[in-house]
Amino acid sequence: MGTENILIVLLSFMLAGALIAVETKNLLSSVISLGAIGVGTSVAFLFLMAPDLAIVQVSVEVVMIIFLIRATIARDVIPQRGHIGWGALAVVVILLGGLMAFGAYAFRSIGRFGEPIIASVLAAPSNRYLEKGLQETGAANIVAAVILDYRGYDTLGEATVLFVSILGAITILRVKGWARAGRQR
Amino acid sequence: MKGMSVIVKTVTRWIKVFIFLYGVYIVITGHLTPGGGFAGGVIIACSYILLTLAYGKEFALQRLSPRTTAGLDSGGALLFLVAALYGIGYGGIFFVNFLQKRYPGRAFQLASAGIIPICNIAIGLKVGASLFLVFIILSVLRITKEKDGKQSMVKRWPEGKEEE
Repeated sequence: MGTENILIVLLSFMLAGALIAVETKNLLSSVISLGAIGVGTSVAFLFLMAPDLAIVQVSVEVVMIIFLIRATIARDVIPQRGHIGWGALAVVVILLGGLMAFGAYAFRSIGRFGEPIIASVLAAPSNRYLEKGLQETGAANIVAAVILDYRGYDTLGEATVLFVSILGAITILRVKGWARAGRQR
Repeated sequence: MKGMSVIVKTVTRWIKVFIFLYGVYIVITGHLTPGGGFAGGVIIACSYILLTLAYGKEFALQRLSPRTTAGLDSGGALLFLVAALYGIGYGGIFFVNFLQKRYPGRAFQLASAGIIPICNIAIGLKVGASLFLVFIILSVLRITKEKDGKQSMVKRWPEGKEEE
């Protein structure tokens, strides 16, 4: 059983979890289905030999499930009911169909599974990272060498995005603003 | 009695240190083994979230106040930026690994790879503190339903003082 077949099984599992998460009426079941999708993603990363991503995925998933349960279950969240109209449904179906057709077309230009581009294009920068990463950065973990040395700007941008988003969340949810709003009301 | 049952509290008392240490291990050996600042920071935040869930938020916030957490968050971001800016002074280029160029340690040792462990620690501090901060904010926030059906948000800080 090759990696490809294992991935197909895992992706079907995640697809079923996503369908359940969207369709179920119970909010707790929906959140638990999201957790199942996250664990499936983590196992898929393990089979793709990316343990860094698997660790990040499974730990972030646990925290996100706690956040979601904390933010939804304990509160009075009104479930959305009703159906969208036929015209809107037709637009959604056409847009999604177009997107999937484009995806199928785009995937054709990518090489076969298990044969990355860097194996055929020898001048790709990734080959230099793999060959000289340990020598140039001294980091045994090539992922750390790439994200913190060769691609340090990306990580700085990511840290900035995280900082600003946390700042925004705290600004919206802080005590001060709501107290002032309550006084004005 | 605040928090969860005595079983959960006892298990938490035993296990919280190991979760925290595992997070620290993932952060400081991020340049040798799989892991790194982000994953380790999330695991560190997990240990405090477990403490908050098991013992109630008063207990956890006495150990790590929101003000300290916000300071750690900003400190991690600043440490990362300072490590990048030092590259201009000592290497000539922004974000250059100046420590590795000057003191190339032996590979596969803990003290190797120059500024990469420092950046990992900075990101770990930043991610852990900010995730715990969001969790505090979410757990302090309460939505109450009034009699006329209008929803309103109420904050309950543990010391009973409303921040104005």
